[in-house]
Amino acid sequence: MAERILAGTHFLNGDEACAEGAVAAGCELFAGYPITPQSEIAERIARRLPQVGGVFIQMEDEISSMAATLGGAWGGRKAMTATSGPGFSLMMENLGLGMMTETPCVVVNIQRGGPSTGLPTLVAQGDMMQARWGSHGDYGVVALVPSSPQEAFELTVRAFNLAETLRMPILVMADEVVGHMFERVVIDPEAIEIVERKAPNKPPGEFLLYEPGEDLVPQGMPALGDGYKVHVTGLTHDERGYPVLNAETQEKLVPRLRNKITHHIDQIVDYEETDLDDAEVIIVTYGISARSSLGALRLAREKGLKVGMLRLKTVWPFPGDVLKGLADRVGGFVVPELNLGQIVLEVERAVCGNAIVQHVPHAGGAIHDPETILSAIEEVFALAH
Amino acid sequence: MLTKTKPAPEGEVLENVSHPMDRFLRTDRLPHIWCSGCGLGTVLSCFTYALDELGLTESDVGIVSGIGCTGRAAGYLNLDSYHTTHGRAIAFATGLAVAKPDKKVVVISGDGDLFAIGGNHFIHAARRNVNMTVLCVNNFNYGMTGGQFGPTTPIGSRGTTAPYGNYESPFNLPYLAASSGAVYVARWTSLHARRLKEAMIEALTIPGFTFVEAVCPCPTNYGRRNKIGEGLDELKYYSDRSVIKHGADPAEGDLLPGNDVVIGRFVHRERPTFLQAYEQQIIDKQHFVKPQGMGKGPHRMSGATSTDRRESS
Repeated sequence: MAERILAGTHFLNGDEACAEGAVAAGCELFAGYPITPQSEIAERIARRLPQVGGVFIQMEDEISSMAATLGGAWGGRKAMTATSGPGFSLMMENLGLGMMTETPCVVVNIQRGGPSTGLPTLVAQGDMMQARWGSHGDYGVVALVPSSPQEAFELTVRAFNLAETLRMPILVMADEVVGHMFERVVIDPEAIEIVERKAPNKPPGEFLLYEPGEDLVPQGMPALGDGYKVHVTGLTHDERGYPVLNAETQEKLVPRLRNKITHHIDQIVDYEETDLDDAEVIIVTYGISARSSLGALRLAREKGLKVGMLRLKTVWPFPGDVLKGLADRVGGFVVPELNLGQIVLEVERAVCGNAIVQHVPHAGGAIHDPETILSAIEEVFALAH
Repeated sequence: MLTKTKPAPEGEVLENVSHPMDRFLRTDRLPHIWCSGCGLGTVLSCFTYALDELGLTESDVGIVSGIGCTGRAAGYLNLDSYHTTHGRAIAFATGLAVAKPDKKVVVISGDGDLFAIGGNHFIHAARRNVNMTVLCVNNFNYGMTGGQFGPTTPIGSRGTTAPYGNYESPFNLPYLAASSGAVYVARWTSLHARRLKEAMIEALTIPGFTFVEAVCPCPTNYGRRNKIGEGLDELKYYSDRSVIKHGADPAEGDLLPGNDVVIGRFVHRERPTFLQAYEQQIIDKQHFVKPQGMGKGPHRMSGATSTDRRESS
């Protein structure tokens, strides 16, 4: 097991697959703290990183885990941390530092039931809005959401790549069932694309740490000791990285932290369509809820109901335009989530009253019964006709 | 009362004169934000002289700081510098130090940042013996936010949130550092500039988690409020009460009213750093490949160690 990319067909749970994805993508530093249902990621990567020249550090809490991950990134490494709800809350402070300092790294949240300690061993999708808005201030977010162990592997690799492309922390918002569910995971080295960190575009003295390129992303990132004498601060800063505390500098910096994502939205947004061609009602779903939704879709089709499914692999940035386009030609949307109404708000915003939007809430602790989603589908059909 | 800085007389202002240590400073960011009489300028100056004596450059050293007056030090140093979140400098530095084993990572921050909000990270980095030097500027209060009391404020001292005097027991920083596992622990005041610089040289040279406390005046928010006076008065106040005791038991380091201020080198011992232990106990035994840069230093920095220097002088 000493190879970086564990080629072959494996039987892994989502947590383990996530750890393998990180190692395959070139992760060399993992700083984390044990928490259910994330611990299998830390356990797997604590075994794997030393085999491939990386370092695993078990930190004293999730605050320091996030901070050490950022430190590792500025030390020139691909770095990651992973946690679950309570730890994710603690990470918000330094996640904001990562956003402000445009530090590439990966943050995984294996969601469990909340609020507070909630349901440590049981599933939920209640942190989706926290992922978007959890740290104070304005910034953009990219959140990838796997629905299977296979995807936990693939999307973790992708998260590392996007972190380098966009120069920011990328979130992987999985959930307890995907994390703990064992399935076949096929790892094909040929199919894995790796994006390496961009070197500074200019020599020391000429290089500006936060001078954006045409794609709004800073042009290269020196590591400690490379001779660039960088200044990295969470304060509002100019292109040199120096603190300049006024409205003009804020206006130049902060909107760019959002706009760099919008600029790349076509490269980022990823979803899977099922039976959309003739669909009159569409299930919009993500993560483990997509597995229940697929069951509901099949039940509906057996009843002759023309139902399709749009499964989001990237929830943030939210693909509002896709939803807007579909709203013009279908009667309604059904949105099952393991929360009391989070991503459905984005669906409603995109649909803008042009179709029915039916939420299927679940407070967490179990996944949706396909029949529950089917009932919601039938309700929408009844309302639409 | 000693006089504070007077305005420079007409005609005596020297323009465009560079400081010998300017190469370590981001001169385009000066003047700094610190108050007249503050000890931070002295500490920063000592640090640049320490770097100079050790022959260290921007290729060797990175600075990490938290938030507060001392937190701004990172921004004035012409090195790779990282100004992080409140209390998290050591946690950030842990990742940085592990990612770059061949560089020296230095945390410069204040007493509130390092020991209140950041206290947990301090004790764990010391326990792990992560290769970093922590320089704590202890001015006994939260200066930047206006003089609130903190984890080092002596009993009876006043702060804006201790209007009737502080009644909480403060930390004895050398004792905390020593008992958490630091391999080098020293305390000086900013009046002891030469010895403070020597301590920094030792701390930068010794591999592992090394700690230097610099007791500093904060006339604006601590000295005046506590009837100690201006910056120079506060310096004199600390130096009059200082007793140099190398090898003193860190437990004697309490800064209680009426006590001597015990200063000097409390601890100098050896134990494997985080990465040395990792190398010895995991990499070597399992025959794994070494992480990049591991074993290349700065377990021994380039240039003479402080012991060598003593012997040769």
